[in-house]
Amino acid sequence: MMKIDKDKLILGAAGPVLALVSSFVLTVLVLLATGLDPIEPIRLMIDNAGFADIQVLIINQTGIYYLAALAVAIGFRMNLFNIGVDGQYRLAAMVSALVGASIELPGPLHILVIVIVAMLTGAFWAGIAGILKTTRGVSEVVSTIMLNAIATSLVAWLILPKNFGVQPEGSNNLTTGEISESGWFPGIDMGEGNGVIYGFTFVALALGVVYWFVLNRTRFGFDLRATGASESAAQASGVDAKKMVLTAMLLSGALAGLSGMPTLLGESHTYSLDFPVGVGFTAITIALLGRNHPVGILFAALLFAFLDKASSNLDVYGYPKEITKIMQGIIVIAVVVSYELVRRYGLRRQQQKVGEELAAGGAIKTDKEVSA
Amino acid sequence: MGIASAALALSATACGKSSTDSGSSPSSSAKATKAAIAYDIGGRGDQSFNDAAYAGLKKAEDELGVKGAEAEPSEGEGDADKVQRLTALARAGNNPVIGVGFAYAPAIEKVAKAYPKTTFGLIDDTSKTGPNIANLVFNEEQGSYLAGVAAAKVSKTGTVGFIGGVEVPLIKKFEAGFAQGVKDTNPNAKVLVQYLTQPPNFDGFSKPDLGKAAAQGQIDKGADVIYAAAGLAGSGAIEAASTAGKWAIGVDSDQYNQAGLASYKDHILTSVTKDVSDSVFNVIKSVQDGKPQSGEVRYGLATDGVGLADSNPAYVKMTDVTAAVAKAKKDIVDGKITVKTAP
Repeated sequence: MMKIDKDKLILGAAGPVLALVSSFVLTVLVLLATGLDPIEPIRLMIDNAGFADIQVLIINQTGIYYLAALAVAIGFRMNLFNIGVDGQYRLAAMVSALVGASIELPGPLHILVIVIVAMLTGAFWAGIAGILKTTRGVSEVVSTIMLNAIATSLVAWLILPKNFGVQPEGSNNLTTGEISESGWFPGIDMGEGNGVIYGFTFVALALGVVYWFVLNRTRFGFDLRATGASESAAQASGVDAKKMVLTAMLLSGALAGLSGMPTLLGESHTYSLDFPVGVGFTAITIALLGRNHPVGILFAALLFAFLDKASSNLDVYGYPKEITKIMQGIIVIAVVVSYELVRRYGLRRQQQKVGEELAAGGAIKTDKEVSA
Repeated sequence: MGIASAALALSATACGKSSTDSGSSPSSSAKATKAAIAYDIGGRGDQSFNDAAYAGLKKAEDELGVKGAEAEPSEGEGDADKVQRLTALARAGNNPVIGVGFAYAPAIEKVAKAYPKTTFGLIDDTSKTGPNIANLVFNEEQGSYLAGVAAAKVSKTGTVGFIGGVEVPLIKKFEAGFAQGVKDTNPNAKVLVQYLTQPPNFDGFSKPDLGKAAAQGQIDKGADVIYAAAGLAGSGAIEAASTAGKWAIGVDSDQYNQAGLASYKDHILTSVTKDVSDSVFNVIKSVQDGKPQSGEVRYGLATDGVGLADSNPAYVKMTDVTAAVAKAKKDIVDGKITVKTAP
């Protein structure tokens, strides 16, 4: 029993490790090809990660990526590809910021309302794709991509000053108005100039535990994984597959909605034209790299946050910080390739093992027959 | 558990030490020896806003002996990243530190309080003010008004086109001024308005093919003058107008003189200029002179902070057009015409 677990673990880790190593090697080759020192930027980034202010940025970004990647992962476990996390995240952040700015409630309640609105908005937007899939058979890949574009237009329309937006006097920005202080999520101040760790980061980590528990220790989680593995088999064993598809999309959307909360409740306190975007797309890579496992995703999120934040001043030293984007891009491809390679290898190994055991079992039987 | 302790260990390793501690302390003397600019999305090489800011820094390096530093933003970053960047630049002893674009407003408000002896330049925003913040703003609508006057004068079809890069308030100022200029000159003229993308999709400032397609569409509808306020995407509009034998009006810098557009320049009637580079240079110089700029520093037609370029000889020859533009300019400067800032 222990032996099988060890094998599984090694095979499980082989995919990400192979992907990371190959992306690292390829990035070094790109740097060499452009005539740059390949080691210096990496040394600079590791140096940067030793400083408190960069660490705060990395930790905060990890929380954001973690939530968004959990949203993607819950879909993956169900064999659903929710590419719409970014749209769900943006729309949810915008609508919850709007609601948060327009109400006044005592502290925790104010935050709770904002968080619930964000979850509902995200779930609603993902739910559209879920309903389209369950009732009309529309691929969620197509519908969520399209919903991203619609979310962009919807947010752009909602934030116009003639609708719900606010243009602060003298500013060229559009916002949803400032959320009053009761709606700010308290964080951990790391000292002058070092920044604040968003309190919501810890909520993100807690949700990772909830994610693990729900998926691995509940009936619902079992049904979800079963439907993801084989919809028809799950259906045959009494699982309502359509209901599971819709539920998974709603949960995925709700998590996507939450991924805007660290920034909104901890930093900006408003949704404006320069609210960070693209989180939902990076999250797809992170979920893939982390193999949809809550711990794997955490490390992947940490790695991507590190690549993002520790590279911020590379250009000051004459290195393009885009090298980290190249690295992240290569990881996407390498992850897919290496997982397939590892899967095939694992399959062949398993077959060999079974063959050997069968052969050995057969041999014993013959021995017995001979002795008898 | 493991997760939380890992996070704590990570932050504990360098407790209190910040990436910017190693830099030299802020210069106590009033003389500026180091100046820094933090770019807007797109960074240097955008042929537009950021490049203009860089030109100002370059000029300060050449003429004032200032040592310049630059920092570019990352994609999808938030205010916290901007605060970190500006703090790093300020702590390294740069004075002034200039944030290019309104997105820097919340970050500059925070960092300016922490570094009261450093002057911060903030381009395109007056919403956040402070004793050590210089708000560098432009009357884009006034320059665009003049473009509208010129467009209405040269148009034969009575239809002109406006192409905005991204539908944001800043670009709407261009639209408002242009449309008003056209209507005041020829009340019967039609202004076609099209925005290329909506935020947070900023492709409309960077993808020439979008500008080209939009301009082509407007030309098909009868427009014979196209004014594109769309950064790099505007070069596509200029290409389309030039190919169709129509007029194009450039933006930000004098696009008639831009090397990349040399093959279309005969069709670039004029350009609405926005002197970002001078505003950057001026704030650096003011710090070096010991009289740092503070509060709103407005660049309008009166100070030639915005204006209409006249480097195309064909445009200069149209004396009726230039006369109308000159009169409109005088009226705006004298306060006889007030240009709207929103359509």
